[in-house]
Amino acid sequence: MSAATVHSAIEPAETPLTPESWGKLGMWVFLVGDAVGFGVLLAGYGAMRTTSGDWPNPYAVLGINLTALMTFLLICSSVTMVKGLEWLGKGDRTRAVQYLFFTALGGAIFVSLQAYEWTHLIHRGLHINQNPWGATLFGTSFFLVTGFHGLHVTGGVIYLLSMIRYVANRPDPAASYNAVEILGLYWHFVDLVWIMVFTFLYLF
Amino acid sequence: MAAAEHKHPSYMAIFWYLAILTVLELIVVFMPFGKLTNNVLLGALAVTKAALVAMYFMHLRFEAKTLGWIAVTPLAIATLLVFVLLPDGFAVMKKTEAGSKPAAAAAPAPAKH
Repeated sequence: MSAATVHSAIEPAETPLTPESWGKLGMWVFLVGDAVGFGVLLAGYGAMRTTSGDWPNPYAVLGINLTALMTFLLICSSVTMVKGLEWLGKGDRTRAVQYLFFTALGGAIFVSLQAYEWTHLIHRGLHINQNPWGATLFGTSFFLVTGFHGLHVTGGVIYLLSMIRYVANRPDPAASYNAVEILGLYWHFVDLVWIMVFTFLYLF
Repeated sequence: MAAAEHKHPSYMAIFWYLAILTVLELIVVFMPFGKLTNNVLLGALAVTKAALVAMYFMHLRFEAKTLGWIAVTPLAIATLLVFVLLPDGFAVMKKTEAGSKPAAAAAPAPAKH
């Protein structure tokens, strides 16, 4: 009996949940864990805010014009991501790479705008350990939650750039379809989390 | 190939839904409905947007149902966590109220003398 036969006897070739690949299931499991992480952060934020007597009005301190634009940008980048996958599915590798590049560009602009927003707020006095408007934890939670999300976007941009290379190096579009679909799951998740962060931290 | 197996939703339609819902959110912020109503509306809009992204962009609508259940588990955990944190929140609120009451009661007292 060959090693390959023994291996397939232990591990079935397909998972019934995601027949395309185990990698896709792996990404889902990672995302579910990551969602618990963000869920804990947001629930903790809610608890701190409700128990605080002097929580500043987020809308007045943070403003929403720039973040509304950032939200729109992430939605656009999610669309370019699905379009990229769609083109890859149709066998057009060049278009797929173009759309993946637009997605990475959207992510990079998002992170740049966030850096601009942070700098602006820090200059106005919002720090991780103090601020002139009220509860100290307001600044702490703001930087913690948006920073954790920003790290995800930064990681996503690096992931996107490395996958552009991955697609470009494989002449057969079908060979990279699954990997790009998995990348898409991560990117859309980052968009989904921002929808929640935008609502709870800026609009509530 | 996997590409052929997916039924493709109209991604542009989803994009417009998401854009319109975002505009609605910005309108709700400025509406004088009261804090609770505003927050309930904003929460509902955010959950709808998140559901659209998960169902169509992440293709959850076209996946096995079990995967969908796995995906919503964190939502249940986060909701439970809110209830775990609430008693502590109420305890802190009570303490703050108890602490501020004697001070408030004591404050007018010196004015009588």
